[in-house]
Amino acid sequence: MASGAHDPNLNYLNWEKGLWSWLTTLDHKRIGIMYMISVMCFFALGGTFAMLIRWELFSVGKTIMDAKQYNQAMTFHGAIMVFMVIIPGIPAFLGNFIMPMQIGAKDVAFPRLNLASWYCLMAGAAVAFISLIYNGADTGWTFYTPYSITTQNGTIWLVTGAFIIGFSSILTGLNFIVTVHKLRAPGMSFWRMPLFVWALYSTAILQVLATPVLAITLALLVAERLLGVGIFDPKLGGDPVLFQHFFWFYSHPAVYIMILPAMGVVSELIATFSQKTIFGYKAIALSSIGIAAVSFFVWGHHMFVSGQSEFAGILFSFITMLVGVPTAIKTFNWVATMYKGSIRFDSPMLYAMGFIFLFTIGGVTGIMLAVVGVDVHFHDTYFVVAHFHYVMVGGTLMAIMGGIYYWMPKMFGRMVNETWARISFVLVFVGFNVTFFPQFILGAMGMPRRYYDYLPEYESLNRISSMGAWTIGVGFLVALGVILHAIKRGKIAGPNPWNAKTLEWTAPSPPPHENFHVQPVVTAGPYEYR
Amino acid sequence: MSMATGSKFMPPQATEIAKSVDSLYEFLLIVSFISCVLVIGGLIYFAIVHRRKHEGEKTPYIAHNTTLEFLWSFIPFVIFMVVFVWGWVVYHQLRHMPENGLEIGVQGQKWDWTFIYKSGRKTAGEIYVPVNQDVKLLMTSADVIHSFYIPAFRTKQDVVPGRYSALWFNANREGTFQVFCTEYCGDKHSAMAAKIHVVSREKYEDWVQTDAYKGLSSVEIGAKVYGQRCIACHSLTPTPEGANPIAPSYYGLFGKQEKLDDGSTVLVDENYVRESILNPNAKIVAGYKKGIMPTFAGQLSEEEVMGLIDYLKTVK
Ligand code: HEC
Ligand SMILES: [Cu+2]
Ligand SMILES: [Cu+2]
Repeated sequence: MASGAHDPNLNYLNWEKGLWSWLTTLDHKRIGIMYMISVMCFFALGGTFAMLIRWELFSVGKTIMDAKQYNQAMTFHGAIMVFMVIIPGIPAFLGNFIMPMQIGAKDVAFPRLNLASWYCLMAGAAVAFISLIYNGADTGWTFYTPYSITTQNGTIWLVTGAFIIGFSSILTGLNFIVTVHKLRAPGMSFWRMPLFVWALYSTAILQVLATPVLAITLALLVAERLLGVGIFDPKLGGDPVLFQHFFWFYSHPAVYIMILPAMGVVSELIATFSQKTIFGYKAIALSSIGIAAVSFFVWGHHMFVSGQSEFAGILFSFITMLVGVPTAIKTFNWVATMYKGSIRFDSPMLYAMGFIFLFTIGGVTGIMLAVVGVDVHFHDTYFVVAHFHYVMVGGTLMAIMGGIYYWMPKMFGRMVNETWARISFVLVFVGFNVTFFPQFILGAMGMPRRYYDYLPEYESLNRISSMGAWTIGVGFLVALGVILHAIKRGKIAGPNPWNAKTLEWTAPSPPPHENFHVQPVVTAGPYEYR
Repeated sequence: MSMATGSKFMPPQATEIAKSVDSLYEFLLIVSFISCVLVIGGLIYFAIVHRRKHEGEKTPYIAHNTTLEFLWSFIPFVIFMVVFVWGWVVYHQLRHMPENGLEIGVQGQKWDWTFIYKSGRKTAGEIYVPVNQDVKLLMTSADVIHSFYIPAFRTKQDVVPGRYSALWFNANREGTFQVFCTEYCGDKHSAMAAKIHVVSREKYEDWVQTDAYKGLSSVEIGAKVYGQRCIACHSLTPTPEGANPIAPSYYGLFGKQEKLDDGSTVLVDENYVRESILNPNAKIVAGYKKGIMPTFAGQLSEEEVMGLIDYLKTVK
C-alpha cells in the first residue's frame, strides 16, 4: 500500500478492493461514501412515506389507507427523515469526506471511532425498522408521552433505534471536534479554516452536548414502558409535560445540527461560484458559534400552549428572537458576497441560490412562530409543517444536493451532466414551493397537523400540495439518475474544475488514500480570489 | 383582501383578541414580505448583473464593511424586538384569565370532548356558550394529551391528564364555530372535533336549564345516549361480521349468560349492565381487553343509565 502512495492511478476508491475492504475501512472518505449510500437509501424510504402521505391527503376522507396506517406513515416519514437523513446527511457524509481534506489532514482524529459511528447508524436503523415489521409505531417522531407509553409496542423499537443512532451522532461530533483542534495542517489557523469547517465544528459541539439528553430521555421512556417506572405517566405519578421539556432541550439544538452544516456548504458554494472572497468571514464563523450557544435556551418555543407559565412563554419568545439576528447576518453576507462577483450558474450554485430563497421564507415564518401571541394560533397547524419544511428541506436538503454536485468531481473524479442536474433542480425547487407554500395558508386557516382527514374547505389547497410533492419526487428521481450517471460515465474532472480555493481542491480527484501526496502548508485564508 | 373583515385565508374572527392576533399577523406578513423582496430581490439582481461574462474575470476583494454589517444586524434586531413586545401584549391578553368568567368543565378523551356545566348538564361534542361573556374552560384529559383549539378565537391550550389547564375567551358574535384537537392522540385524532355554539344570553340560560330529554321515553333517552357515547365501540349487529371487534355487540345481550375472561359466567341483568357502565373493569367479557371501555361514573345521570338499560332490553 505504501508502494502505491505516488502511483497516479491509485486512489481511495481502488487502492483496496472488495466489499470487505469497505466494511472495515478506516478511511474517512470511504466512510463518507458509505454514509452517502445509506443516507440515500433512507431518503428513498422516507420519501416514499412522504409520497404516500400526500396521496392519502389528496382527497377528503379515505383515499388509499386507513387512519392507523396513515399515522404510521407520518411517524416513519418524520423519524427516518430527521434521525437518518437530515442529521447525518451533511456532517457524517459530506463532512466526513471533505472536512479533513479542507484542513489538510490525512484523516479524522479517531478513524476507528468514525467507522463505529457508521455501524451505530446502521444498527440503530435496523432496530428502528424492526418496529415496521413488528407492529409499527404511531407516535409521530416526537414520541410525546403519555401517548407513547400507552400505544402499540412497536414504539419501543423505534425509540430504541433513535437512541442507538444518537450515539452515531455523538461519536461523529466528538471526532470532529478533536480533528479540528489537533489535525490542522501547518499554517491552518482557526481564522483560516473554511466556513464549512466552522459550521461542522459548531455542529459537533451541539451534537456532543445535546444528543446525550435525547439518549437519556428515550432511555427513560423505554424504562417507563418496560419496567413501569413512573416518570412521564401521570397514572404512575409522572409528569407528561416533562418529556416535552427533555425532548425539545435536545430537539431544538438538533434543528441547528440540521441547518448549520447546510449553511457551511452554502458559504463554500457562494464563494466559489462567485469567484470572490466571502463577505464577513468572521461574522459567518462566529454566528455559527453564536447560534449554537443560544439554541440551548429556546426549547420552550415548542411549548407555548403546553401549560408552561406566561413568563416562560415570553422569555422563550425573546431568546428565540435573538437567534434570528445571527441567522439574518449570514443571509445578508451571502448575498453581499455575490455583489461584484463573477457568477456562474452551475447546478451547485442553483441549489445554493435555491437555499437562500427558501431559507429566507423559512426564516421569516420562523420569526412569526416565535411571536408568542401569534404562535398560539399557529401552533400544531400546517403553518408549522410548512415552516420547518422550508427550513429542513428548502434549507438542508437543498444544501446536500448542492454539496453533492459540487464535490462530485472530488469524490468520484467526474462531473455531473449539467443539463439534467439543472432539470432536477427546477423540478425540486418548483415542486417544493407548490407543495409547501399552500400549507402556510392551510395552517393560517386552522388546519391542524398530523390529521388523517380534514374539512372539505381544505381540500383544494391539499390537492395542490400533493401535486407539488409528486413533482419533488420526480425531481429527486432525476437527481438520482444524474448522480449514478456521473459516477459511471461523467466527464473526467481535473483536480479543481470550479477554480475553488479551499485545500481539498489541491488534492488529486479522486484523492489518494492519504489525501495529499505532499503535506499542504497553508499561508493564506480560504477564499483568496485576488 | 383585508383580513380584518375575515378573508378566505383566515378563519372567521369571533373574538376581539382574534382581531388583535390578525393585526399583528398582518404586520408580520408585510414586514416579512418586504424582507423577502429585499433579500431574494438582491440575490436575483446580483445574480443577473454580476453573471460571469468570461472565464478568469477579476473580482474585487471586499471582506467586510462595518457600517453595513452594523445596520443589517441592528435593523433586524429592532424589528424582532417590536414584534416580540407586540406578541407579548397579545399573549398576555390570551393568557390573562378574567376574574368572574363563566366556568365550564372540559374533558378530553380518545376521541371526543365532554363539556360539563355548573347546572349539572353535560354535552358531548357540542359546547354552548353565551355571547359577550367571559368564559373560562377548565380542562383535563382522561387519557393522553389533547389540545383544545378554536381557530375562530385564535386560541388553543393543551389538555393534560392528571391536571387542569385553562383557556378563556369572550365571543363577540353568535354562530357556530369549529373546535379541533391539535395534539396528536392516535387513530381518530383528526375526528376529535367539536362545535362551539355561541348563543344569546337568554338562549343560553334557557338551554342550560332545560331538560334535554323533555318528552322522551326512557328507551328513547337510552337510544340517544347510546348514539352519543357508546356507538364508537358497541355495534348492534347480530353476527360478528360487520360488528366493531373492539367491544361486544348489544344484540341479544340483555338476559343472556355472558362468559367472562376468568371462565365464570354471569347473567346480564340490570345490575350487571349498571356495573359494566359505571365500573367497566370489574368484570371483563371473555375475548375482550380490559381497560378499553372508559368508566361513565359521574358522567351519566341516573336517568341516562336507566335509559340505557331499558334501551338494551329492546336490542334483539
Ligand atoms: C372505548 C370503547 C367503548 C365505549 C365507548 C363503550 N364501551 Fe362498553 N365495552 C367496551 C369493551 C371493550 C367491553 C368488553 C370488555 C369489558 O367487559 O369491559 C365493553 C363491555 C360492555 C358491556 C358488557 C357487555 C357484555 O357482553 O357483557 C356493557 C353492558 C357495556 N360495555 C355498555 C356500554 C355502554 C352503555 C356504553 C355507552 C354509555 C359503552 N359501553 C361504551 C368498550 C366500550
Ligand atoms: Cu425549536
Ligand atoms: Cu388529538
